[in-house]
Amino acid sequence: MSALLEVADLSVSYGKVEAVHHVALTAAEGSIVTVIGPNGAGKTTMLGAVMGLLPARGSIRYLGEPLERLSVEQRVARGLVLVPERRELFAGMSVEDNLQLGAFARRGEGERAARRALDEVYHRFPRLHQRRVQLAGTLSGGERQMLALGRALMGRPRLLMLDEPSLGLAPLIVKEIFAIVAQLRAGGVTILLVEQNARAALQVADYGYVLETGDVATHGRAADLASDPKVAATYLGIKAA
Amino acid sequence: MDLSIAALLTQDGITNGAIYALLALALVLVFAVTRVIWVPSGEFVAFGTLTLAGLQLGRTPGTVGLLVAMALVAGAMEVAGCLRRGEPRRIPGRLALWVGAPLAIAAAIVALAPLQAHLAVQVVATLAAVTALGPLLYRIAYQPLAEASVLVLLIVSVAVHFALLGLGLWFFGAEGSRTPPFSSATFTIGAVNVSVQSLLVVATSLLLILALYLFFGRALYGKALRATALNRVGARLVGVSPSFAGALTFTLASLLCAFCGVLIGPITTVYYDSGFLVSLKGFVGAIIGGLASYPLAAAGALLVGLIESFSSFWASAFKEVIVFTLIIPVLLWRSLTTRHHEEDE
Repeated sequence: MSALLEVADLSVSYGKVEAVHHVALTAAEGSIVTVIGPNGAGKTTMLGAVMGLLPARGSIRYLGEPLERLSVEQRVARGLVLVPERRELFAGMSVEDNLQLGAFARRGEGERAARRALDEVYHRFPRLHQRRVQLAGTLSGGERQMLALGRALMGRPRLLMLDEPSLGLAPLIVKEIFAIVAQLRAGGVTILLVEQNARAALQVADYGYVLETGDVATHGRAADLASDPKVAATYLGIKAA
Repeated sequence: MDLSIAALLTQDGITNGAIYALLALALVLVFAVTRVIWVPSGEFVAFGTLTLAGLQLGRTPGTVGLLVAMALVAGAMEVAGCLRRGEPRRIPGRLALWVGAPLAIAAAIVALAPLQAHLAVQVVATLAAVTALGPLLYRIAYQPLAEASVLVLLIVSVAVHFALLGLGLWFFGAEGSRTPPFSSATFTIGAVNVSVQSLLVVATSLLLILALYLFFGRALYGKALRATALNRVGARLVGVSPSFAGALTFTLASLLCAFCGVLIGPITTVYYDSGFLVSLKGFVGAIIGGLASYPLAAAGALLVGLIESFSSFWASAFKEVIVFTLIIPVLLWRSLTTRHHEEDE
């Protein structure tokens, strides 16, 4: 499998404070790559840099092309889509309007393509169809996450970046969201999954990176990481024998 | 005051209020999407009237010079931007949009001016010329500062206001203009004389408001502007770029101002610097709507028009004082009832 995303020597600073130091990461096409680590490790910062929301140093290549000079909007048009931790929905607009805007970057493909994408999202999330005229700001936490995911899917992502999709959600909904992540991968979408819920993330992922205070502490196949005693002790709550 | 005078003042108030309402909507729209308090909106109103007046006299209006100058500056900025980002391939497309289109409009106006064409054609030409100034102004003055604070953007707005005043004097001259009414017909309902001109103004405003309502409610681009106003980051993440939203917003807002200029021309004599006072009245309406609510802003503007018209009857010399004093209780009420909140999800 070829690499869809190759990050090398990536550093991101907030003023004088460097939050991410010389990180390298690769996501193979059609795989799920997870980045786990404690709060403040720089996971969200790294996604922000890949998406172009934050200025960064180092190299980010997508489909072999450098991304540095592209704006956020140009990256979205190339199929990089981020579901941020804060969801960033349009609270004062209806669920359906939120979803339609998800396809804004693909507006050139016409009404019919947008309608088909909308039907697919409704098929995947019947709850959103029930709530389609409701304002996004009135949704429950789980529904908001579904809407954020649905809106991202409307842009037909090639690389979908999810920032803490399980945050603040009931276990049953977390399970549902991770099932959908696995389905999406089966449909050919590459997924970069940032999670504090390391157990769930390593179960669904192919490959994993552990980020600690801005550095990659270790990385490897997800199954190997899950059985690594140090990772297990720190992130999975399993005491090393 | 008897009933017929009251009816006359009400009619006047509603007519002026309808014009202020368009301005108020433009101000709310610009602030919501770009966080710019658009002080120079009045100059666009004045340019609208002066352009139409120029065309009616068969003269090339000063708008042409402004368009050409601003298009050249915007074009230079676009070329520099493309080179800096290492995208020289995009230069021809950007130049066609930012220089070609305004120059085409300017050329059309130069060709049209001596023909003394039908009023409707002149109105369309006026709207096109003044509307084109909007995105050019955004590109030149505001887009490079899109991430700046509201205060910085306000300071820039004041500077742009003075710059446009100077340019207005340069391009349009110091003499005032008044355009003939679109219709001088009147009819009576009961004891009240209603002028068709007033009805035209109110109907045009209502139609524009309806068109805006449909645009923001139904069209994808309208929704994209609302989305940008609600959540800037969210909008970027679905591919709505702030500069695109800003340029589109300024296009719409300057179209509204151009309409104001066309509508206000037969009501009062307009000089290059008359717009500011008009825009301030729209601003009072916009403040009543908290710079956020379109219906409240329009209603507030209507109220301003009515108060202005009645106070010109009772205390003509204090007309403006009364209108602008209105803003004090409104601000008090706003600051007591509005809760300050961070942008939420």
